[in-house]
Amino acid sequence: MTTSALRKPAPRPPLLEVSGLSKSYGTQIGCRDISFAIRPGEVLGIVGESGSGKSTLLACLSGRLQPDTGSITYDMQGRGPVDILTLSEPERRRLARTDWGIVHQNPRDGLRLDVSAGGNIGERPMAIGARHYGDIRSEAQDWLKKVEIDLSRTDDKPRTFSGGMQQRLQIARNLVTRPRLVFMDEPTGGLDVSVQARLLDLLRGLVRELGIAAIIVTHDLAVVRLLADRLMVMQRGRVIEEGLTDQVLDDPHHPYTQLLVSSVLQV
Amino acid sequence: MAYVAVKGGEQAILNTHKLISETRRGNPDLAELSLAQISEQFGLAVDRVMTEGSVYDRELAALALKQAQGDAIEAIFLLRAYRTTLPRVAVSEPIDTSKMAIRRRISATFKDIPGGQVLGPTYDYTHRLLDFALAAEGLERPQAELAAEPLDETVPRVIDLLNSEGLIEEEIDENDGEVFDLTREPTTFPARRDQRLQNLARGDEGFVLGLAYSTTRGYGGAHPFVGELRLGEVAVEIVPEELGFPITIADVTVTECQMINQFRGSADKPPQFTRGYGLTFGHNERKAMAMSLVDRAMRARELGEDVRYPAQDAEFVLSHTDNVEGNGFVTHFKLPHYVDFQAELQLVRQLRAEHEERRRKATGSEQAKEAAE
Amino acid sequence: MSPTAALVHKDDGYNFAYLDEQTKRMIRRSLLKALSIPGYQVPFGGREMPLAYGWGTGGIQVTASVIGPDDVLKVIDQGADDTTNAVSIRRFFQTVCDVAVTESTAEATVVQTRHRVPETPLKEGQVLVYQVPQPEPLKKIEPRETETRKMHAYAEYGAMQVTLYEDVAHFGRIAKTYDYPAVINGRHLMSPSPIPKFDNPKMEMNPAIQLFGAGREKRIYAVPPYTSVRSLDFDDHPFEVQTWKGSCALCGSTTSYLDEVITDDRGSRMFVCSDTDFCNTRQAEAAAAKAAVDKVSGEEA
Ligand SMILES: Nc1ncnc2c1ncn2[C@@H]1O[C@H](COP(=O)(O)OP(=O)(O)OP(=O)(O)O)[C@@H](O)[C@H]1O
Ligand SMILES: [Mg+2]
Ligand SMILES: [Zn+2]
Repeated sequence: MTTSALRKPAPRPPLLEVSGLSKSYGTQIGCRDISFAIRPGEVLGIVGESGSGKSTLLACLSGRLQPDTGSITYDMQGRGPVDILTLSEPERRRLARTDWGIVHQNPRDGLRLDVSAGGNIGERPMAIGARHYGDIRSEAQDWLKKVEIDLSRTDDKPRTFSGGMQQRLQIARNLVTRPRLVFMDEPTGGLDVSVQARLLDLLRGLVRELGIAAIIVTHDLAVVRLLADRLMVMQRGRVIEEGLTDQVLDDPHHPYTQLLVSSVLQV
Repeated sequence: MAYVAVKGGEQAILNTHKLISETRRGNPDLAELSLAQISEQFGLAVDRVMTEGSVYDRELAALALKQAQGDAIEAIFLLRAYRTTLPRVAVSEPIDTSKMAIRRRISATFKDIPGGQVLGPTYDYTHRLLDFALAAEGLERPQAELAAEPLDETVPRVIDLLNSEGLIEEEIDENDGEVFDLTREPTTFPARRDQRLQNLARGDEGFVLGLAYSTTRGYGGAHPFVGELRLGEVAVEIVPEELGFPITIADVTVTECQMINQFRGSADKPPQFTRGYGLTFGHNERKAMAMSLVDRAMRARELGEDVRYPAQDAEFVLSHTDNVEGNGFVTHFKLPHYVDFQAELQLVRQLRAEHEERRRKATGSEQAKEAAE
Repeated sequence: MSPTAALVHKDDGYNFAYLDEQTKRMIRRSLLKALSIPGYQVPFGGREMPLAYGWGTGGIQVTASVIGPDDVLKVIDQGADDTTNAVSIRRFFQTVCDVAVTESTAEATVVQTRHRVPETPLKEGQVLVYQVPQPEPLKKIEPRETETRKMHAYAEYGAMQVTLYEDVAHFGRIAKTYDYPAVINGRHLMSPSPIPKFDNPKMEMNPAIQLFGAGREKRIYAVPPYTSVRSLDFDDHPFEVQTWKGSCALCGSTTSYLDEVITDDRGSRMFVCSDTDFCNTRQAEAAAAKAAVDKVSGEEA
């Protein structure tokens, strides 16, 4: 019996439900006919070869790219399920900076490099009305502790941080407002293996502790094994296999998934 | 201590007016320049002032240059301010440069072109050696010989020849005939091409040149060919409502540059050459060419190219081309800022005092610790 | 007649207040819109003026559009009527519209200003026209207008608050001393122009009409009479204005904004009111009161 099966959340209404989502760039297919749902607190991994459409899908989901067809229904707080593609731009922007988090593959895209670490974390609370400097600062420092950044670095700018520290700061900056859903594109990409392991540990702890749902794009199977409850495998823009992470990894059906799993095991 | 606030600013200012007028005149024993002399002998300076001042009037431009002691930017400023007071009588029809009375016309893309290459007046083929003979006045000048045959009345534009083969993109009117007017409406972003071209036409020659230059040095990936550069006179026509047909109100000299650029093509579009356009009043090839390069660079976004460099960034370019704006703003720092400086001074003093206080406390407590040990 | 004579415009060859009536109407429409949406920057078709950009072109266009023959104009720069820029602008209006001018804040119907709000409280019916070099308070955080427009439209001002956070983190206090951003009518973030933060509270609930003109950037905005103006701050680092230990060396005022004057090359300095009309009026009143006292005591003797 796998541990994921034990952890399987009780059936609750989905937090995010995607149906028939497609996006192409001219004649180039980005992703095609994607449907899935994710429940509160659930972690979904998306794997697939380079160019299979993972980043495209994530960008569509997080409102940074307009899909060609399909719907994305999100269970908004106090409002119930809403197709986010029909939301106005301000509503979508507000959602993105309160109820969602986006952790970019390159921390430079997700941080203000000329603002101190404390200011980076404080931005979201201030954007939604926090006006007490002392509170904002102590909350920022709580989060620095959580992501294991020394408090003596609170007033330093992220450009003086290492890659792993920047990535952890980005995570803190996103999680401070306790979003219900976090999108991560290759959160451990470009990091040293030992740093990756620490970061994964940290992420797993935070996601479980706060009950955050997350969609994590990666091509690192170790990442999904550790973090994801469920797994989607993509190839050429389509989802070719999906299921509980351990099931998919231990008993892959699709030849591409088999190749993927075996190629990793060889390493 | 007796302090009396400085008064009499007004008198001092009036005196500066008198002084600048004296300085402008220089040595009164020398003959004074006439506007006709400026307009005739500093023709290219006059052309630049008309272009960037956006008033086609040689006499006014000459006056502006005289009043500004030859400072082009100051002269442009004078002309622009004067322009504000002019009523708008009519809006002209688009000028037709294929009907230009050509004085110069060259193409870098084909050796032989219908209508021929016409070299015309240019410094291009001169050696840039100071001509000391010019220092002497009343010199005999050589007469150019007249061609046996006049040029054709209509000389087709080289770029239109490519057009017939579909090798170059067609010019499209994206505004349904409604043309933006930079002198009446504020710039908005994203800016359409009419707005961009108007801005570049009035833009500072040096700045536009520098931007154009940057696109050819890797900061913009330009691969330009001068499709055609032509100089000459075109008719300006208006259609009075009561007449319903066009009448010519003036002939103006313009320089036009059609720049051809490469484009790789995309999924939907076969490879095709793209255009950049430049136009100035009078004779100014440098400006027309630079303008056409920057025009093309700013089309990056609509052509699906990456926008990575300053010249491709319309918001950056359009906000900084205007030398009347730039000159005014940069020099405004000469104005008194006593009040703001006082505010900053006070803050810095306070911060320094607090810093000193913290340091004293820190060393104080350290000493106390040492003493205890 | 020489050929150039025809070109020389006599001063009275210009329309009243330089701009033609159509342009003034266009600007007035923008002003009305600005008054209807307090603090919102209205783009307008700014014209080129015979004054350099950055030297008050926005202010003079606004003044030219609201001024009438019966108005009384006061122009100040740094609080003073006799600074070069103030003199030059006042002369411009005397030339092109021949209105009455004054140095008295109380007598003026239109006051054009650069960098100060007069110390003498304004009244209903008066118009205060600010010269604005950079109307966009978010510019330093986000240089792109396409983005700042959205930030205003959606009231996304968190990033602005971050700059205050950074100040407190680094200096222990908010380190903005002038052009201190404020939220107008609880909605739009606005640059008050480079007035010292000392003057921000004077904007709040002011009975006068406050108009702002940015010529180079071609924006107009406004604070209508009796409108809330909240300077950004933190609950535990509240907004505060500059204070001075001493008083004005000329009139003894303890409530006005003081300029520092260096009086010799050994660094001696004194502080005097930046608002010259305010200071002069107080000095004259004090002198008159003293004369009256002297006269009374002289009679008694
Ligand atoms: N801006 C774009 N313009 C055109 N095609 C694009 C664009 N972005 C992505 N594509 C194409 O869409 C397909 C999916 O790309 P996507 O970036 O989503 O892949 P990915 O799965 O994230 O790959 P990787 O693992 O390498 O990050 C690819 O064929 C890619 O070339
Ligand atoms: Mg990707
Ligand atoms: Zn005083």
